[in-house]
Amino acid sequence: MPPFPLPPDPSARALPRQARPLRPVLQVDTRPAPQMMRPAIFSFCSDPASLEGFQWLSCYLTTGKHMGFYVSFGTVLLLLAITAPMALLFGFGGAMAARARFAPLSWVGKGYIAIVRGVPDIAFFLFFVIALDQAIEWLRHQVKCPDWEAEVWQGNDFVVCAIAKMPQSSSPQWMHEVYGFSIAVVTFAIVFGAFAANVLFGAMRAVPRAQIETAEAYGMSHSQAFWRVLVPQMWVYALPGLSNLWMVLIKATPLLFLLGVEDIVYWARELGGSKTPQFTEYPHGDWRMWYFLALLIFYLGFTRISEVVLARISRRLSHGQATLAGEAQRRAKPSAEGTPA
Amino acid sequence: MSCFETFQAYALRSLGLGERLLPRSDFTLCDQFVLIGSGLLWNIYFGALAVLTGFFFANALAVAKNSGNPWLRRPANGFIFVFRGSPLFIQFFFAYFLFLSLKSVSPIFNQLSSAWLGALIVLFLNTSAYSAEIFYGALRSIPKGDIEAADAYGLSGWSRFRRVMWPTMMRLAWPAYTNEAIFLFHATTLVFFSGFPAWRQQGDALYYANYFADKTFNPFIPYPILAFYFILLTLCIILLFGAINRRLNRHLPQERRSRMRFKMQMIR
Repeated sequence: MPPFPLPPDPSARALPRQARPLRPVLQVDTRPAPQMMRPAIFSFCSDPASLEGFQWLSCYLTTGKHMGFYVSFGTVLLLLAITAPMALLFGFGGAMAARARFAPLSWVGKGYIAIVRGVPDIAFFLFFVIALDQAIEWLRHQVKCPDWEAEVWQGNDFVVCAIAKMPQSSSPQWMHEVYGFSIAVVTFAIVFGAFAANVLFGAMRAVPRAQIETAEAYGMSHSQAFWRVLVPQMWVYALPGLSNLWMVLIKATPLLFLLGVEDIVYWARELGGSKTPQFTEYPHGDWRMWYFLALLIFYLGFTRISEVVLARISRRLSHGQATLAGEAQRRAKPSAEGTPA
Repeated sequence: MSCFETFQAYALRSLGLGERLLPRSDFTLCDQFVLIGSGLLWNIYFGALAVLTGFFFANALAVAKNSGNPWLRRPANGFIFVFRGSPLFIQFFFAYFLFLSLKSVSPIFNQLSSAWLGALIVLFLNTSAYSAEIFYGALRSIPKGDIEAADAYGLSGWSRFRRVMWPTMMRLAWPAYTNEAIFLFHATTLVFFSGFPAWRQQGDALYYANYFADKTFNPFIPYPILAFYFILLTLCIILLFGAINRRLNRHLPQERRSRMRFKMQMIR
């Protein structure tokens, strides 16, 4: 006998949801799903059993559950939109710390960069989610229940007083979802912040030394030289690394699934699994393959668009820079650059 | 149980040998070290085989991508774009469900939906695409002089590729290829989180680390152990690939040898 009960579908084991059983979000909805959430978009959808071909498909693809699937694409985009600037901020902080002249601070910065690079990131994702969750609850526990006697760590259990729970067990479903999502965002920002710190640290070192020396010769202080000379110039050196990082970030978004957020992977598994007529008006076989094919195509398209946009930004940024790319642009259009006609 | 007994019972647990039941309570540090280390065997298996086989396919792909013939170039480009442009996690899921549906077509495909073969195929294709891009880049940056010198010696076709271009390509690509190998080993941790079932709880290092974290609600012990193992594994890869790098560079004067640079880690 396997020590923990395996669900009938072996792949369902991958749900690392046992980790935080207190979160109602994480429960997979196995109840029969009457398609009653919202009225159907098309009038002919009232009796799906009588439909055929295209009409059936158009009704099937607009059920309430499918709307949840489409919204989860928005979740992915939202995650990217929030995480990218946060990671950049973390990265900037990390790179500044690594450059600091105060040795312990510089060790902290360099350690932050090095640790994340040596270990598989998925381990970080699994680790930080529990660690952050427990850290927050532990802090709240210390503040809200100072006279609690028992140990917080009791053997195999992590016990805090009821009002220290995050979010409260009485709070509505959306609070749980938002909390889970925020933890995911912070985790992404910490991990990708380390990558960004690595890139920015390299970019800061790539700015020609002579630029800083010139700034110092003009009498600028250390921080003035940093903010007015180094930072504006470093972006062109950082861009290749950062665009690479953006691609990596896009490709890391399915890991949201491991953090217990109802993302596209969750919905693809839910919706694709075979459905029998008892449970749904739209019975079908195991279509998970096709759902994941759709996800694959979504990501390929997204990557492609990002490539095109990033190539444009790169052209824009290297305009007028003393780099090979900037030089090539100047040569290509000699008249536009104010060279003597 | 003493630590030695634990070692006897669980050292090969990931392969199905030894004690059948996983430890269920009173987890000692020793339990966690042994079992996570046992799971690492799977990571090594996936990583080593995928790197070895992927190496050959990647060479073929890189040459195809560089070829003037569109019938070779376009498929190679497409393959590389598909596998580099989408997340490995989604590739695993897609491949697993594809293999599942193949299973109902014919029993020949039965083994494909188990991790040891199915996941290995995905990793093989994935690392081939990433490595092919690296090799292609190196192929494009072979110094013109080398090829002119080969032409002057009367070498052409296969013998020119075999004796002049390929060794240079390897030399130029090697530092980046080392990184790729490291990332691949890291990526093997995704296998048991992406559909492929861990048959009789024979999982990889992360599978067991996650098992302990789930059971103890304490992530601060199993994950650092996992990190320790992976840092060790990364160091081994660096040593091995560094030795190959020295061999590839041994004909060059000291200052022109390409040094190993380790770049950021990538998720795919």
